[in-house]
Amino acid sequence: MSFVQNFPFFSIILCLLCAVATFVAGDKWGRRLTIGLLSVSIVLQSCVLWFCASNNTSYAYMMGHYPAPWGNEIAAGIIEPLMALLFSVVLLLSVLGGMDYILKDIPADRRHLYWSMVDLTLVSLLALSYTNDIFTGYVFIEICTIASCALLSAKDTGRTLIASVRYMVFALVGSGLFLIGVIFTYSITGHLLFPQLHETIAALWADGTYRFTMTVAIGLMTAGLAIKSGLFPFHFWMPDTYGRATPASSGILSGVVSKAYILLLIKVIYRAVGIEVFAASGIQSVLLIFGIAGMIVGSVSAIRSKRLTTMVAYSSAAQIGYIYMGLGMGTQAALLAAFLHIFSHALTKPMLFLSASRLADASGGHMDFPSLQGAGHRDVTAGVLFTAGALSMVGVPLFIGFIPKLQFASAAFALTWQKWPVLLALAVSTLLNVLYFLYTAMVLWLPQKDSAAFRPQERRWIASAPAMVLLAIGLVIGIHSAPLTALLQQGFALFCQY
Amino acid sequence: MEKLFTHLLENYEACVAVVLFVIGLCMLLFDRNLLKKVIGLDIMDTGTFLLLADRGYIAGRSVPIVTDGVTDMANYINPIPAGLVLTGIVVSVSVSALMLSLTVRIYKKYHTLDMDALYLMMSDRRKGGRV
Repeated sequence: MSFVQNFPFFSIILCLLCAVATFVAGDKWGRRLTIGLLSVSIVLQSCVLWFCASNNTSYAYMMGHYPAPWGNEIAAGIIEPLMALLFSVVLLLSVLGGMDYILKDIPADRRHLYWSMVDLTLVSLLALSYTNDIFTGYVFIEICTIASCALLSAKDTGRTLIASVRYMVFALVGSGLFLIGVIFTYSITGHLLFPQLHETIAALWADGTYRFTMTVAIGLMTAGLAIKSGLFPFHFWMPDTYGRATPASSGILSGVVSKAYILLLIKVIYRAVGIEVFAASGIQSVLLIFGIAGMIVGSVSAIRSKRLTTMVAYSSAAQIGYIYMGLGMGTQAALLAAFLHIFSHALTKPMLFLSASRLADASGGHMDFPSLQGAGHRDVTAGVLFTAGALSMVGVPLFIGFIPKLQFASAAFALTWQKWPVLLALAVSTLLNVLYFLYTAMVLWLPQKDSAAFRPQERRWIASAPAMVLLAIGLVIGIHSAPLTALLQQGFALFCQY
Repeated sequence: MEKLFTHLLENYEACVAVVLFVIGLCMLLFDRNLLKKVIGLDIMDTGTFLLLADRGYIAGRSVPIVTDGVTDMANYINPIPAGLVLTGIVVSVSVSALMLSLTVRIYKKYHTLDMDALYLMMSDRRKGGRV
C-alpha cells in the first residue's frame, strides 16, 4: 500500500485533533490553526486525487481491526478526493473572504468556538466524501448539521437564532427519515458497507423479495437527504439560514454543506442501492419531478424577494433543483452534468454572498433593492464580482455556469418521455434566472440615486482576493472544461468498483 | 385483514417504534412551543432506537457478552444494532443539547418560546430590509 493511500484517514483524524486544539487555543491561534488545516487538507486531497487519477485506481481502506463486511471502511477513487478537494478549497476561500465579517459579527470571546466548528464542518465533509459505510454517513451528517447550526447561530442576533432553530428542525427531520431508511435497509440486508449492500439489494430485487420495504427504505433515505439539502418543497428554511448568517457561514452552508448531503445521496444511489434498482423503484422519476419543480419555484421565489441575500438564497433552491433533476434523469451524462453543477454552484455561491455583503455595506447596511441602486459604483470590486457571479448563474458562455446547463441539455436528448419536460424546464429556469440576476446586476450599476447619502467604502483589495480566486477558478473551468469533464468521467468508471 | 392484524401483533415492537417516531415527528414539525419541539425530537429518536434495537433482538438468545466460556454465536443476539443505538444516542444527546441551548438563548432575548410569536416579532421589526 502506498503511503498516499493513508491520506484520507490522516486528514479526517487531523481535522478532529485540530477541532479540539482550536477549542483551547483561543481566537488568534485558532484562526491560524484552521487556515493551516484547510491548506493542509487541500494538499492531502490533491495528493490522493493525483495518486488515484495517475494510477487509474480506487481502493477501500480498513478502519480498525475488523475487515469487511463486519468492520468500517473508507474508500477513495477519483470522485471522493475531487469532491473533498472542492470542499476544502471553497471552505478556505469562504473563511478568508468573510474574515472581516467574522471579526465584526462574532464576539471575540466566542470566536475560537467558531474556528472549532469550521474544523468540525471540514471533518464531516471529508468523512461524507470518503465513507464507505452508510451508518457512518448518518453520524457525519448529524455532526455536519450540528457544526453548520453553530456556524449559523454564531452571529448573535435574534433573527439568526430563530433561523438556526428552523434550520435544525428541518435538518433533524431529514436525519430522522434517513436513519429510519438505514435501519430498514440494514434489517433487510444485514449490511452497512456500500459494496455488500449493493450486492444484497441487487440479489433481493432480482428475487422479488422485500421490494415494497426496500422501496420505502430508499424513499426515506432519499427524502431525508433531499430535505437536508433543500430540495423543493423543503427549501423554505433557506432564505433565513443563508441570508442572515455571517457571509463566510452563508458561503459554507450554501456552497459546500448542501453538496455534501447530495454527494452522500449519490453514493447511496450508485454504490449502495444501484442505479437500476433506484430507477425501478420509481423514486428516480419522483426526484426528476421535484427537481424540475424546485428549479421553477426557487426562481419564482427569487424574483419575488425584496432583499438581495434572500434572492441569492432562493436562487440556491433553484440550483439544487438542477442537481436533483440530473439525478432524476438517471443517465451517466446527466450525472456528469449534476457534478459539474455542484462545482459551478459551490464556486459561485460563496462569491455571491461575500460580494452581496460588501454591496450592502456600501449601501448603509441595507439589503433592499432600492437602497442598493448604484452600489456597484460605490464598491466596484464587489459590484464586478457579483455581476460575474450572476452571469455564471444565468449560464453565460465562458463562465462555469454555462458548462452544466449545456451538459444537461445534451443529456436530455438521450431520454424518452423526460426529454421535453427537462428541456422546457431548462429554458424556463434560465429565462427566470436572467430576469432576477440581470435585474439585480442592472440595479447595481444604475446611476446612484443620492450619492451624498452613502460614502464609498474604503476596502483593501486583498479582502476581495478570495472571491477573485473563486471567480478565476470558475473562469478557468468555464473556458476549458475538458480536463474536469475527463476526470469526472474517469472517476465514474471507478465509482462502483470497490 | 386477520393476516395483517396477526402480522402487526407479531411485530408489535416495530409498530410501537413507528408510532413513537410519528408522534415525535409531528411534535417537532407542528408544535409551536420550542421546548415541546425538543421533547418531540427526543421521542422521535427514541422510536428510531427502539426499532433498531428490535431489529437486532433474537428471541431466546442472550446479550452478546461471553459468559461461562460459551462462544457459539447461536447463543447471542446480533450486537451490531446495539452498537449503532449507542452511537445514535450520543448523536441524539448532542443535538438535543444544541437545541436546548438555542432555546435558552431565544428565551433570554424574547421571553417567549412560541415560534409563531417569534416570527410575528421578526416581521414587525423588519423595516426597510435593514441587515
